[in-house]
Amino acid sequence: MTSRQVFPPLSLRATGLVCGRGGMALTRALDFSVTPGRCLLLRGANGSGKTTLLLTLAGIVAPLDGVFALEGSDAETGPALHYCGHRNAVKPRLTVAENLCFWAAVNGATGLSIDAALQQVGLERLGDLDAGYLSAGQSRRLALARLLVSLRPLWLLDEPTAALDAEGHDLVTRLLDNHLDMGGLAIAATHDPITLPDPARMETVVLGARP
Amino acid sequence: MSAFRAMLVRELRLARRGGGDVLTLVLFFIIVGAIVPFAVGPDRELLARIAPGMVWIAAFLAMLLGLDRLFRPDHEDGSLILLRQADLPLSAVVAAKLITHWLVSALPLIVASPFLAMLLAMDVETFWRMLISLLVGTPALAAFGAVGAAVTVAIRRGGLIAPILVAPLSIPVLIFGTGSISATQSSAALLFLAALSLMAVALAPFAAALAISSGED
Repeated sequence: MTSRQVFPPLSLRATGLVCGRGGMALTRALDFSVTPGRCLLLRGANGSGKTTLLLTLAGIVAPLDGVFALEGSDAETGPALHYCGHRNAVKPRLTVAENLCFWAAVNGATGLSIDAALQQVGLERLGDLDAGYLSAGQSRRLALARLLVSLRPLWLLDEPTAALDAEGHDLVTRLLDNHLDMGGLAIAATHDPITLPDPARMETVVLGARP
Repeated sequence: MSAFRAMLVRELRLARRGGGDVLTLVLFFIIVGAIVPFAVGPDRELLARIAPGMVWIAAFLAMLLGLDRLFRPDHEDGSLILLRQADLPLSAVVAAKLITHWLVSALPLIVASPFLAMLLAMDVETFWRMLISLLVGTPALAAFGAVGAAVTVAIRRGGLIAPILVAPLSIPVLIFGTGSISATQSSAALLFLAALSLMAVALAPFAAALAISSGED
């Protein structure tokens, strides 16, 4: 934790959490906790339940067993997490800036300005372009920009580097590192190894493998 | 409030840039009305008598056509999951969608209804009553439709199930809708129609939001 801490001290704690779809358990009973400024990397083969775990933590899928809680969060402050899934939630018929403005408006424009966020992800020249013309990697960058315009302490990232080039890979690392600097939490499911400058901040959980 | 406005603006932009969707609905509405004289024969008296019912059926069918557009695109591109975590409550999201749904799929029908009135040999007095009854009754159709669309959004290829769910709910709207056009006792029917609309519009956002948030992805 550094002086740039902006989030209240939250921690995510899961006890005996079993996630699954359609009544079938995909993960073993998981116990983990994520504290401010830490990142949990989820690794595992296809179908090992990485996405399901993220959806469970996002409140979209009900856990089969066990509990998890975001300790220290205040229900008054509204949703505390950003979910960034496989699908980018980018509307092809809106321009890049309109897409981002919309999410800033409905999630609360508490973070960077639209221009600054677009610059961060390298789309600053494309603000007026219809998002339908973006490449897969650029759409991904726009999805990541959504995390920057509204400050929320917990990031749930599902394959954040999918479709991104090497520079985009660095971008994800940089954004993640920044977020952790501010006292944020992150859980990322990924096949690409993400290496933060300070490896002590990362913890890896391998799903699917029996302990 | 600004979040709600942003939601409205987004929906209207998407509808406007969606191209011919609105025009398709309007043409469908008129065509349904236009084929009636071919089916029942060119008897002007008979046509004038069944015209209120035909207008409501055409409006009902045209509004069902637009239902799939309400939540499915957002479901498919992942926006709906994110809207569940927005600062703006999901019921407000649905309310904004309901308003724009009415604006892009009911209002154009009302604007186009004079053509239908002409095709069905409606007299001027009946036409005005029809206009009022459509204005008052279509919000209820939109609201029931929104609930049906929300319940079926997670079902793959559920596009045809929503109209089947919605049709029985819409029967009272059709009864009071046509009742308020016919000459006798039209004001009582119109009041019932207004009550239905108000109730449906007030409750639908919460019901639809509950349906969306209790569904898994």
